[in-house]
Amino acid sequence: MDYIIEVLPFLLDGFKTTLWVFGVTAIFSIPLGLIVCLLRLSKIKVISLLMQVYILVMRGTPLLLQITFIFFGLPILGIVLNRELATAIAFILNYAAYFAEIFRGGINSIDKGQFEAAKVLKLSKSTTYFGIIFPQVFKTVFPSLGNELITLVKDTSLVYILGLGDILRAARTLSNKDASLIPLFIAGSMYLVFIGILTLILRRVESKFEYYR
Amino acid sequence: MLRIENLNKSFGEKQVLKDINLDINKGEIVMITGESGVGKTTLIRCLCGLENYDSGRVEYLNDDKGNGDNSIGLVSQSFDLFPHFNVMKNITYPLMKVKNNKKTEAINKAKDLVGFLGLNGLEDNYAYQLSGGQKQRVAIARALAMEPNYICFDEPTSALDYKLRDNVGQLIKTVASRGMGVIVITHDREFANKYANRIFELGA
Ligand SMILES: Nc1ncnc2c1ncn2[C@@H]1O[C@H](COP(=O)(O)OP(=O)(O)O)[C@@H](O)[C@H]1O
Ligand SMILES: [Mg+2]
Repeated sequence: MDYIIEVLPFLLDGFKTTLWVFGVTAIFSIPLGLIVCLLRLSKIKVISLLMQVYILVMRGTPLLLQITFIFFGLPILGIVLNRELATAIAFILNYAAYFAEIFRGGINSIDKGQFEAAKVLKLSKSTTYFGIIFPQVFKTVFPSLGNELITLVKDTSLVYILGLGDILRAARTLSNKDASLIPLFIAGSMYLVFIGILTLILRRVESKFEYYR
Repeated sequence: MLRIENLNKSFGEKQVLKDINLDINKGEIVMITGESGVGKTTLIRCLCGLENYDSGRVEYLNDDKGNGDNSIGLVSQSFDLFPHFNVMKNITYPLMKVKNNKKTEAINKAKDLVGFLGLNGLEDNYAYQLSGGQKQRVAIARALAMEPNYICFDEPTSALDYKLRDNVGQLIKTVASRGMGVIVITHDREFANKYANRIFELGA
């Protein structure tokens, strides 16, 4: 018990990193994913193709590599970022690609009749998307979105590659130092509690969409 | 007057509409009949701007009422209500967004239409809580709310109980009597004979 109290501050400190990487990525990658998805669906071939390449690269290479590249590779091009910013950018770009594909699936699943009804009623493009299509898309993609967010919680541990101290890194350091599994066990419990809470929130939001079918 | 002139439309190799000529006057009910697959739906989709055509013209001519307004409404076979809006909002939303109606103004218009179409008590329902006939009437209300000069119905009797057929027929007559040009697709000959001012046989 004493030991737990002793290591807890270190672990909580690491957890802060886990939290901000999660928060920043979630907040920025979802809207960016929506934008990427719309550009991907653009009738302008070049833009659509560019987005396809972007999505392929992001989904086709390990996130670990992307983080490394953005931090160590971009300085070669004269772009120097600090560790936090490089991490945030890598995570946001990576997750936006996944979200873009989720949104695309969602938009494609919307009945063509919805677009056509909107068109005959002379709703503008933006009203059609924001008022009619996206609300329905969000309902259908929400479970996948939630899944992705849960994966993100665990992916945050990849920040160790740039020397950022997240909870898993703190736990491993303590575990090695004290030859004990307890820090790892606590870290695991903290992930579990966090994801548990996240799951409850996701379920709450999902139920908000249940007023129609 | 809505004038269709030498309209041609193909899907790939397959020519669906061949030199279609048809005038629709305001206040008139024109029924389009013809076998399944002959191109009836395609024709009204061309009128509503949902389909491009290869050649020919769709013109909205000035007449006594005068403005050559190209407004047209559609009640499709699948009704395509917005499922995340209740009945009331299905009707008011386009009014507010397209006609820039104030909310109270839109609600008043919608209430009139709800009464006209016998949808009282269903204002707060969502599409999944409505029968086929009720959905159809909401789609009609939504289209009428925009006060188009012309309105198209794609097989309005096919999704309905036989008994409700005459209700739709009467409704269409009332709509036409308000001065709208009504274009109705049907393959129910009896229905067409009873309610059409003119029957346009498509194909063969
Ligand atoms: N989007 C499309 N692409 C290819 N063929 C189509 C398309 N829409 C309709 N068709 C074809 O055009 C013909 C006419 O269809 P449609 O207008 O729906 O007929 P109707 O309403 O008279 O039953 C059919 O043979 C149909 O298969
Ligand atoms: Mg048809």
